[in-house]
Amino acid sequence: MRFVDEYRDADKARALAAQIAALCQPGRRYKFMEVCGGHTHTIYKHGLEDYLPETVTLVHGPGCPVCVIPMGRVDDAIAIATRPEVTMTSFGDMMRVPGSHGSFFDAKAAGADIRMVYSPLDALETARRNPDRQVVFMAIGFETTAPSTAMTLLRAEAEGIENFSVFCNHVTIIPAIKAILDSPDLRLDGFLGPGHVSTVIGCRPYRWIAAQHHKPLVVAGFEPLDILQAVYQLLAQLAEGRCEVENQYKRVVPWDGNATALKVVNQVMELRPHFEWRGLGFISHSALKLRERYASFDAEVRFPVPGVRVADPKACQCGEVLKGVLKPWECKVFGTACTPENPIGTCMVSSEGACAAYYNFGRFTRVRVREAVRA
Amino acid sequence: MSQAGPGTETPAAPGSPHLSREEQVLSRIERARRRRPRVTEERITLAHGAGGKATHNLIEAVFLEALRNPLLEPLEDQARFEVGGARLAFTTDSFVVSPLFFPGGDIGDLAVNGTVNDLAVSGARPLYLSASFILEEGFPVADLTRIAASMAKAAEVAGVSVVTGDTKVVNRGKGDGCYITTAGVGVMEGDGSLGAGQARPGDTVIVSGPVGDHGVTIMLARGELGINADIASDTAPLGGLVRALLDAAPGTRCLRDATRGGVATVVNEVAAASEVAVVLDEGAVPVRPAVTGACEILGIDPLYVACEGRFVAIVPPGEAEAAIAALHGHPGGEGAAAIGRVAEDPPGLVLLKTAFGGTRIVDMLVGDPLPRIC
Repeated sequence: MRFVDEYRDADKARALAAQIAALCQPGRRYKFMEVCGGHTHTIYKHGLEDYLPETVTLVHGPGCPVCVIPMGRVDDAIAIATRPEVTMTSFGDMMRVPGSHGSFFDAKAAGADIRMVYSPLDALETARRNPDRQVVFMAIGFETTAPSTAMTLLRAEAEGIENFSVFCNHVTIIPAIKAILDSPDLRLDGFLGPGHVSTVIGCRPYRWIAAQHHKPLVVAGFEPLDILQAVYQLLAQLAEGRCEVENQYKRVVPWDGNATALKVVNQVMELRPHFEWRGLGFISHSALKLRERYASFDAEVRFPVPGVRVADPKACQCGEVLKGVLKPWECKVFGTACTPENPIGTCMVSSEGACAAYYNFGRFTRVRVREAVRA
Repeated sequence: MSQAGPGTETPAAPGSPHLSREEQVLSRIERARRRRPRVTEERITLAHGAGGKATHNLIEAVFLEALRNPLLEPLEDQARFEVGGARLAFTTDSFVVSPLFFPGGDIGDLAVNGTVNDLAVSGARPLYLSASFILEEGFPVADLTRIAASMAKAAEVAGVSVVTGDTKVVNRGKGDGCYITTAGVGVMEGDGSLGAGQARPGDTVIVSGPVGDHGVTIMLARGELGINADIASDTAPLGGLVRALLDAAPGTRCLRDATRGGVATVVNEVAAASEVAVVLDEGAVPVRPAVTGACEILGIDPLYVACEGRFVAIVPPGEAEAAIAALHGHPGGEGAAAIGRVAEDPPGLVLLKTAFGGTRIVDMLVGDPLPRIC
C-alpha cells in the first residue's frame, strides 16, 4: 500500500536500530514515554520493541482517550443513554469502557439505544434522520477530535437541528503531561510527542517540558519507522546534551499547529476548572466543556446527570504504573480487584495498556516470544 | 475445557517462600485462568456473538454445562457419529447478516455454504440440509424469492439438497427482515481423525486463499463508512477444495473454516486444543489490497476479519508443498499460502512475526474488533 509500506520497511528499520544501539551509552538505561495511545498501538502491532536495545524502555502514557474517562463520567453517559427519548452515539472503542455498573455494551443489552458512529457528523446525520429522537454524541478524545466535535455543533446550529446535543468529555494533553512531570519520583528520560494532537496544537505548547523539566520531546508519526526515528532523535539529543522540542512528523504537523481548528474549538468550548482522569485523579484545566453560548447543545444541561464521582479504589496505582515508577505486578490491586474482565484503572482498560498486556502475557517474556518466533 | 486434571502440574501456591513476588502474582493469575469459565455479565451482549473469548465463555459456561455429552464436548464445528454402520457428520448454523444482499452473495448462499463448509472441514461429503426461516412481518416476498433462488443455486454447486425446513413470521420490529438457520448431514470419507487437537510441532499452517474479504465487504456494504472498494464476499462451498487438499496431503491434522473471528481465532483454537504454539508470518498471509486498506482505515487487523469461503489447514511435515500445489491447481484455491508453522513452546499461544520484522502475540479477541478513535 503506497504511503504506508514505505514507513514499514524492515531493512530501513534494521539500519535505524543499529544507529539507535550505537547512540546508547554503555551501562545507561533509557526510559521514554510515548504519550499517545496511537503510538502504543503501533508499537504493539508491529512488534517494534524488538528493534530496541534492552536498555531502552518505552513507557505507555496516559494518551488513550477512552481509557482515561473515569467511571463516574461513563455512569453519567449511561444515565443519559438510558432515557427513553435518547439515542446515544459513540465511537467504537468507547463501547467497552466500564463504568461502575458496566459499559455502553451492557447498557445497550439492557435496552438503551446506543449506536456506533465513525464521526460526529454521523451522529448529526442520525439526528437529522430521527427528528423524534434526542440524539446525543459522546464526545471523547484529545485536541485531535475536539475540532470535529466543535464543527459539527456549529453545523447543527446553522441548520437549526434541535434534537442534537453533545456530552463533552474532551481532554487536553498538556496538563496530563504536566501531572506526570510534577511527580517527585518520575523516572523518564524523554517523551515521544503525540502526532495527531500536534497537528492541531502544533509544537510550541511542549517547549516548557524542555525548558523547565529538561526532558527532550520529539513529536512523532504513527508508522513504525516514525517511532524508531523519534527514539533515535531523543537519544541523539541526550548524547549531545540537548533538551529540545523536535518535530519528526513534519509531513503532517506544522510547527504552529492548525489555527483554524484551534479557533473553532475556542469558539465553542472552554476549559473546565478541573476534570478527573481514570488512574490519575483530578487534574486542573485538563478538559473542555461547551461554552455558555452553546448550552442548548450541551447534554449535561439538557438532561439531568447524576454526576456522582466514583472514586478509583484507593489501592489503584495506575498513576505510578503510568509514570514508570511501579511495574504492573507491583500494584496492590493487580490481578485481584483489577483484571481485564473487571478493570479499575486505565492501564487495564485498554488491551494495550501496560497492566492488561502484562496480565495476559506476563508469563511469556519478550525474550521467550522472540526465541519461539526465530527458532 | 482446560481444567487442570489430576496429575496436571499446578503452580505453587502464592505465599510459597521460594517464589518471588512477581512469580506469586503470575501463579495467582494462572490459577484464575484455569478456573471454570464463567459468564460475569447479567445479560447477553453483542460480544457473546462475536466468536471470541466471550462466545467461548458463554458456550462452555451455559451450553456445555447444561448439555454436556461426549459428542458435544470436543466443540468442533460438527459432531461425528456412527448410525447403523454409516459414519455421519452433523452440524447447524444461523445467519443474521445485515445487509441481506451484498457484493458476491446474499444470506441465501451464505446459509448453504456455511453449513456445507462446517461439514466439509471434517472430511465429510455434505448430503442433506434443512433450512428454517424467521421472517419479519412486512418483508418483501420478492426478496425472499431471490434468497430462495440463490440457496438453490448454492446447493446445486455444493452437491447438496435442502430436504426439510420451517417458516415462522414475527411481528414487525421483532426481526431484521430475514434470519435463516440451516442444519446439515454428511457422510464421513476418510478416517475422520481431523481435529483441532491434532496439531504437532513441525506442522505447517496453510490458508486456502486471501483473508478478510467477506467481513470487509459486509462492513462496506452497510454504507456507514462511505468507503467504496472493488471487493466481494468470498462465500463459496469448500468441499472440492477440501478433497483436493486431503488427496494431496492425506496426513492433514486439522481443518477449520475461518468464519467469525477470522484466521486468528481459528489458530488460537488449534493452539489451545493441541497445546502447541503457532507461529504465523504476517508477510505470508494473503490479503487483498482493498481489504488491507479498509482495515488500515478502521484500525482493525485482517487476521480477525471473517471469511466465508476459506479454511485453515494444519498439514504434517513433508506434505505442505504437495498441499499448496494441489490447492493452487483447484478452482478457488489459487491464492492458497503457507502462513506459519506449529512449534512446541509456548503452548497454547499464537505468535506473529510482523511484516515489519518484530514479534507479537495474537490473542483471542473478547468481542468484535472495534474501530479505533486513534
